[in-house]
Amino acid sequence: MKIAKTNNGLIALMFLLPSLIGFAVFSVLPMIVSMAVSLSSWDGLSKLILFDDVSGFFQEFGIGVANYSNIFATPELYQVLGNTLKFVAMYIPLMLIAAMSVGLILAKGRRGSGVLRILYYIPVITSWVAGALIWRWAFSPEYGIINEILKIFGISGPLWLQSAQWAMPGIVLASVWKDMGYFGLMLFAGLRSIDAGYYEAASIDGAGKIRQFFNVTLPMLSPTLFFVIIINIINSLQIFPQVMVMTPGGGPGGSTMVMVERIYTRAFSYYQMGYASALSWILFVVIFLFTFIQMQLQKRWVTYDV
Amino acid sequence: MTSNAKKILGALVYWLFAGIIAVMVCIPFFWMVSTSLKSRGALMSIPMEWLPKEPTLDAYQKLFEIPFFAKSIFNSLYMAVTCTVAQLLFASMAAFALTKIRFKGQNAVFSLYITALMIPVQITFIPIFIILTRMNLTNNLNTFILFHLFNAFAIFMLRQRMMTIHNAMVEAALIDGAGWWRIFFQIIMPLCGGALATLAILSFMSVWNDYLLPLVLLSDRAKATLPIILSGLSGQYQNQFNLMMAGALVSIIPILILYVCVQGQFKEGMTVGSVKG
Repeated sequence: MKIAKTNNGLIALMFLLPSLIGFAVFSVLPMIVSMAVSLSSWDGLSKLILFDDVSGFFQEFGIGVANYSNIFATPELYQVLGNTLKFVAMYIPLMLIAAMSVGLILAKGRRGSGVLRILYYIPVITSWVAGALIWRWAFSPEYGIINEILKIFGISGPLWLQSAQWAMPGIVLASVWKDMGYFGLMLFAGLRSIDAGYYEAASIDGAGKIRQFFNVTLPMLSPTLFFVIIINIINSLQIFPQVMVMTPGGGPGGSTMVMVERIYTRAFSYYQMGYASALSWILFVVIFLFTFIQMQLQKRWVTYDV
Repeated sequence: MTSNAKKILGALVYWLFAGIIAVMVCIPFFWMVSTSLKSRGALMSIPMEWLPKEPTLDAYQKLFEIPFFAKSIFNSLYMAVTCTVAQLLFASMAAFALTKIRFKGQNAVFSLYITALMIPVQITFIPIFIILTRMNLTNNLNTFILFHLFNAFAIFMLRQRMMTIHNAMVEAALIDGAGWWRIFFQIIMPLCGGALATLAILSFMSVWNDYLLPLVLLSDRAKATLPIILSGLSGQYQNQFNLMMAGALVSIIPILILYVCVQGQFKEGMTVGSVKG
C-alpha cells in the first residue's frame, strides 16, 4: 500500500494546521490561563499583564490556593451542590420515564408515528432562551397556563419560579420537556437494536407484554439506559440558559443557584475572575470523572452510524 | 376478546398515550403563539384567555421596532452560516489528514483531539473571554469562526465516515497524478456528503441557538445575536410577555422550517454519538 509506506508529515500538517491552531488557542491555552487566573485575585477590570509578564502578574495578584479554600469555606458551594443534587434527583427519573415513553411509542411504529418523531423532537431544536422564556411565562402563578391547567383538575397551583420550594421543580419540568425528545430518540435506537427473537421466545414461553418489558426490554436496554443516565448527570452539572432566563440571579433564596450560573455571575457581575476560575476547575474535575466513566462505556457499547 | 377488537384496543391505547405526550410537548408552543397574539391588556385578564378574544399583531410590530432586534436576526444568520462552513471545511481537513495521509504521530494527534471532548465551553468561557479581550476580538461576529477551527466532535464523526472510504481510491488518484487538495475536494468531500449534511444541520442549529459565548463576547447590542437580544427583553420589557413570546416565535420559525425540511437526516443514528456538552 502506497499510503501506508510514505510518510507525508508536511502534507498532513498542512491539512491539520487549522485544527491544531484551534486546539492550541481554544482548548489548551484556556486551561492554562484558567489555572493561572484561579490562583490570583485578578478582578477582570485591572490590566491583565498575565500574557506579558507572568511573574509580575503573580507578584501583583497571586494569592495561591486562597480562592479554592474560600470556595470550600463558604456555604455557597454547598448550596449549589444541594441545588444540583435536587435537580438531578428530580430530572433523571422524570426524564427516564418521559424518554422511555417516547422511545416505546416510536419503536412501536404504527402508521403515522413518523409525524410523532418530528413533533417530539421540536423542543430539542428550540433554543433554550426561547424555551425558557415560554416556560417562565407559562409558570406565572396568576396568568400562566400551567396553573390554569391545574385548576381544571381542581388543584391550586404553587407560585412556581417565585417560591424557593417550587422554582427548581419548575426548571426541572422545563428541562424534561426540552430534552425528552433527544433522549427518547436515543432509547428508540436502543430499542430497535433488540433482536425480535427474544420477544418471540418470551411470548412462546407465555410471558405477557408487561413481563416482556421487564424481563427482555429493560435488561437488553440497560447499557443504553446507563449511558443516558451518565450523560444526564454530566449535562445536569452544566445547566445554564434555563436557569439564567427563568430565574435570574439564582432564584428566590438562591434556590436555583447552580455551578455555571455561579461561575458566570462571579466573573461578570462580581468581577471575581479568580474565584470564578477556581469554581470552573472544581466543575472540570467533577465533569472529568463522569466523562471518563462515560467514555469507557462508550467504547464498549456505542456504535457510531452516520 | 376477538383478535380484531384487541387490535383496535391496542391502537386506541397507543394513540391515547402518544397523544398525551404530544399535547405535553405542544402546550408551551400553543401558549407562546396564543400570547404573542394578545394585546398588553389581555395578558393579565382573569379568567385567562386560552385564545386571544381580539387577536392582534401589535406585539410583532413593536418587536421589530426594538433597536437591533431585526439586526440580531441578521447577525445570527451570518454567524450560523459562516461558522457552519468553517466547521465543515476545517473538520474535514483534519479528518482527512487523520485517515488518508500517513504520517508519524497520527494516533497521538487523534487521541489528543479526543481529550478535548472532555472540556466543555461551560468551563473555558472565562479564559476564552480573557484571551479574546486581550486580542481585541470581542464584539466581533467573525471571532466565532475561530471557535470552529477545531471541533472535536465534528472531526470524530467525519473521521468515522472517512475510515469507511477505501484507501485504494486515494492511491489510484495519487498514481494518476492528482494532488492532495484535489483528492480532498473532489473525491473525499463528495463521498462524505451525507455526514457533512448532518453536521451542517447540527452546527447551524447549535450556533443559531448558542447562548453562553455570545452572552460573554457580544456585549455591544449592535453585534448581539437573537438569543441575546431575546433574553435581554425579559429585563427591559418586564411584564410584556406578548412581546417576548413573539420574539421566541420569530427565533424558532427559521430553525423549525430547516428541521422539517431536513428531518430525514435526523435518523436515530446521529443522536447516539452527539454528546456535545
